[in-house]
Amino acid sequence: MKLSAAFLLFTIAASTTLRAADITGVITFKGTPPKEIPLTVMENSPDCMAMHKEVPTTHHWVVGPNGEFANVTVYLKTADGEEITGKSTGASAAPAVLDQKGCLYTPQIIAIQTGQKLIVKNSDPCIHNVHSVSNAGNPDHNDAQMSGAPDLSYTFDKPEMYLTFRCDVHPWMFAWVSVFDSPYFSVSDTAGKFTIKNVPPGKYTVVASHRKAGEQTQTVEVADKDVTVNFTFEAK
Amino acid sequence: MDNKCKENGNRWLHRFAVLTAIATFLLLGAGGLVTSHEAGMSVPDWPNSYGYNMFAFPVSKWTGGIFYEHTHRLWASLVGFLTTVLAIWIFLKDSRKWMKWLGLAAFLLVVVQGVLGGLRVIWVEADLGVVHGVVGQSFFVLMCSLALFTGGFWRNISEQKFNVPRSVKLLAIFTVGLIFLQLILGATMRGQHAGLAIPDFPAAYGQIWPDTSADAMAHYNAESKNPVTITAFQIILQMVHRTVALAIFIFVAAVVILAWRKLGKSDSLTKLAMFWLALIFAQIGLGAWTILSNKAADIATTHVLVGALSLMTGALWCIIAFSRSPKTQNETASFGAYGTFAANK
Repeated sequence: MKLSAAFLLFTIAASTTLRAADITGVITFKGTPPKEIPLTVMENSPDCMAMHKEVPTTHHWVVGPNGEFANVTVYLKTADGEEITGKSTGASAAPAVLDQKGCLYTPQIIAIQTGQKLIVKNSDPCIHNVHSVSNAGNPDHNDAQMSGAPDLSYTFDKPEMYLTFRCDVHPWMFAWVSVFDSPYFSVSDTAGKFTIKNVPPGKYTVVASHRKAGEQTQTVEVADKDVTVNFTFEAK
Repeated sequence: MDNKCKENGNRWLHRFAVLTAIATFLLLGAGGLVTSHEAGMSVPDWPNSYGYNMFAFPVSKWTGGIFYEHTHRLWASLVGFLTTVLAIWIFLKDSRKWMKWLGLAAFLLVVVQGVLGGLRVIWVEADLGVVHGVVGQSFFVLMCSLALFTGGFWRNISEQKFNVPRSVKLLAIFTVGLIFLQLILGATMRGQHAGLAIPDFPAAYGQIWPDTSADAMAHYNAESKNPVTITAFQIILQMVHRTVALAIFIFVAAVVILAWRKLGKSDSLTKLAMFWLALIFAQIGLGAWTILSNKAADIATTHVLVGALSLMTGALWCIIAFSRSPKTQNETASFGAYGTFAANK
């Protein structure tokens, strides 16, 4: 009985010591971002334009009034800067969702794990084709999706940054999907905030990557407390 | 009377060959519009279109990029039909054995080209798109050759009195090879969506040869209007395309000068070489305009079409020049009035 109580105490102590922590932070953009490009080509597709009051623009630089920088993909590498592999829990993770709404992909930047389902919806009253283009050996897909058609589902086995989803019926439609072989990633929201959850103790390189603004890294050590890491990108 | 009937029959065969060549040229334009509008994959199935029989696909669904891809498929079907009729016509009515083989080659090539286009779609294989573009232009050259071989100009070619010096012929054929290489580069650029990898002209990112270091690439991508990430390979590809364009201009100009000196300014080959040079000049201008117009689809497509005309003109120039060689002229007498190309076969 005494032995069991001692073992229980030891287990609790060990699990407390090795408790996974979260890495959180805020991404900020300083300066004036480049101007977005109006998607005037959408005017050639009345069915798409009907869903917008004015011509929409690209959304490469989503920056809030105080520099809150959205759509930055933040992920972990080892302390030596190597990719983290073999840690994917994608098979049991909830599916990620990519929607086609107003002839635009929403969200435009998304991150998933290898083996995790990516559901693609068509919420529009028109035809789209869902065309994924990989640069890292994942198979390319191209599927028709009529209005009201069932959702499409994809999984990717190889990690890669910014696998492209496009619609060739509406050639301005793009989304970029990053695939990681671990659950240690996040995409900053419109407040510039991100959270990488349940990171095991250890030293890591935190990478903040934006398709246009480039990449920054910081090293952190995770112990038993949550860690905060902030990044600031500056206009070039 | 029989001869007159035969001549009339050949005339209609020639007209039909010209019609098929023109239809092929327009098909190249339709294909150029598909890639210029980035619509190559907008109909994901083949030979059906969104599950419909291709010929029954409702017009109401020809929206956005589908319009360009679907009309390209329909026009391609027409060209396939015309080519089949032409091949049968040649087989039945043209007495030259090598022409029957060429007709068969045209038929097989149009079938291969159609299948390539289809496989590019259903295999989602971008490299096949490059092959499809190159085979399409080669097919156009073949169709123009058939139009040439069935025409009166070819029947009278043995009467043309000037032989073309070997050095000029070799220079011309080398230049045609260079244009073919340029065609492969251009098709690869289209497949890579690299037309705007360099946004300025004649400089490249303000330099003679742009920096492709990681820092420079990050800067280019930050500023780029191109939705696809620009790579160093795309930039180098476009720089090679520009360099080869300059080389082609110089070589075609050299062909014009040599033809003028050796054959005289009134020779048909000299005139054709001058037309060839004018095409190259226009083509360089269109290449620059494509970049400066932010790859406007009509300009980019015209660039494809003038490129096809340049290749075809150079190829026909070589065919005519080689058919004038002394060796084949001697043989012509025993092969009748159809010209010397037949004698070589």
